[in-house]
Amino acid sequence: MDTMRERFISTASRLLDEDPRLAVVLADISSDGFKETAQKHPDRVINVGIREQLLVGAGGGLALAGMRPVMHTFASFLVERPFEQVKLDLGHQGVGGVLVSAGGSYDWPAGGFTHMAPGDVALLDTLDGWTVHVPGHPDEAETLLRRAVQGDDLVYVRLSLPSNQQARPVTGAGFLTLREGHGGVVVAVGPMLDAVLAATEDMDVTVLYATTVRPFDDAALRWAAGSPDRADVVIVEPYLAGTSTAAANDALNDVPHRVLGLGIGRAELRRYGQIEEHLAAQGLDPVSLRARIGAFLRPAG
Amino acid sequence: MTKDLYRLMALMTGDEKHGPAATSTLDAIWVLYDRVLRVTPKTVDAPGRDRFLLSKGHGPMAYYAVLAAKGFIDEALLPGFGAYDSPLGHHPDRLLVPGAEIGSGSLGHGLPIGVGTALGLRAQGLTDARVWVLIGDAEMDEGSVHEAIAYAGPAGLEQLHTVVIDNASARYGHAGGIAARFEAGGWSVRTVDGRDHDALYEAYTAPHPGRPHVVVARVEPKNA
Repeated sequence: MDTMRERFISTASRLLDEDPRLAVVLADISSDGFKETAQKHPDRVINVGIREQLLVGAGGGLALAGMRPVMHTFASFLVERPFEQVKLDLGHQGVGGVLVSAGGSYDWPAGGFTHMAPGDVALLDTLDGWTVHVPGHPDEAETLLRRAVQGDDLVYVRLSLPSNQQARPVTGAGFLTLREGHGGVVVAVGPMLDAVLAATEDMDVTVLYATTVRPFDDAALRWAAGSPDRADVVIVEPYLAGTSTAAANDALNDVPHRVLGLGIGRAELRRYGQIEEHLAAQGLDPVSLRARIGAFLRPAG
Repeated sequence: MTKDLYRLMALMTGDEKHGPAATSTLDAIWVLYDRVLRVTPKTVDAPGRDRFLLSKGHGPMAYYAVLAAKGFIDEALLPGFGAYDSPLGHHPDRLLVPGAEIGSGSLGHGLPIGVGTALGLRAQGLTDARVWVLIGDAEMDEGSVHEAIAYAGPAGLEQLHTVVIDNASARYGHAGGIAARFEAGGWSVRTVDGRDHDALYEAYTAPHPGRPHVVVARVEPKNA
């Protein structure tokens, strides 16, 4: 199976053949993968070099000229470094664009904190109008990418190296119900799904699967919460812990509820190593998740 | 004409006399709209129009005055400059001002956007349309400007043009000169008196095959 990033390159290359409005803007990262496509579409595969402010600024200009820009690099250099360009050169100009990131929060642990962006989704939450996709499988990534390039809106597609064993259907924008139970709701986001399913295997919980986290599927969460007098919700996200806690609170604002937001901690680990080691250190491996979710959902006393 | 532009500016500032800072961009913008840009109030949405991007959005009175003089905006809007219900802010917003190609204010955004606009026009075969970006010499302190300069030359963005209003306001100047920065980046370069309309016109319309073009328009130093 290819990685989500490889799938992005092959999918975007095909989309460039099909849609003359599409332009892919790169800042060196993944430019090798687009080499052949760039020869075919020299005006629409644009590599600006290691210049991330220009990457997003040029994307805004392309959109102003009537194109649909797809801007791509590592998450830290796509959202965090040129954040003002994301805010002003796209949103404030009233134009759209598709940001496609790689690297996520822990994809290259040996690369250290400079190449980790656990805060990317939380940062985009400070802006209006962003759709945020967090696919958990290359097939899902392809579907979401194809959907993203069709519109004129602001879309962030967060690709990651880890993925779930099997792809789930990406039908609408909402959460997918994978299991129904009565002792709480667990929302698994993208690549967190397999670990969540393993952790909650024998728990009486509803498991929702989210590949699109913004807009947040209020209706699905309210439906899953079921009982009007009490709701316990756990959200497991592959980025900054608690990123979607406010969204869940808003969805349940007329229901007494508790929300546990699990994800990446703010504190730097200052460790290298492997992805599995980082997930364990963040308490996101199946054993840790089982203990943390179980403790939260267990009736008090 | 300049006299009428001063009258229009006075509608915003309430002051008939304008210092060099307020009018530093006036002649450069006027000559562009009067003699160079192929855009009118009727063609503000035409895909093949020329585009003027005011990157240095601070002190936009001269810009608004030219837009009013050319009929893009109603002169009656000018006295409301900066008011809550006015479309004319102290930094322009493209969603509010007819004819304004970008919203600006934060420095260093216009030239990268201009690069993308030129790329987008080229990719659509609209190779006759020209993009003009106005920046200030102090704006060149922003690193994003240099990202755009360094890329546009090698990319051969012939449709991209920049006018740098040089009123010597950059805190530490630009050692080696502003024009040299562009020249090293592979741009076609002219430096002219930013008050001389004929010199501006000649510099604006100089041929520059295969290369982006910059006109450095020198005006009175801001802190002289």
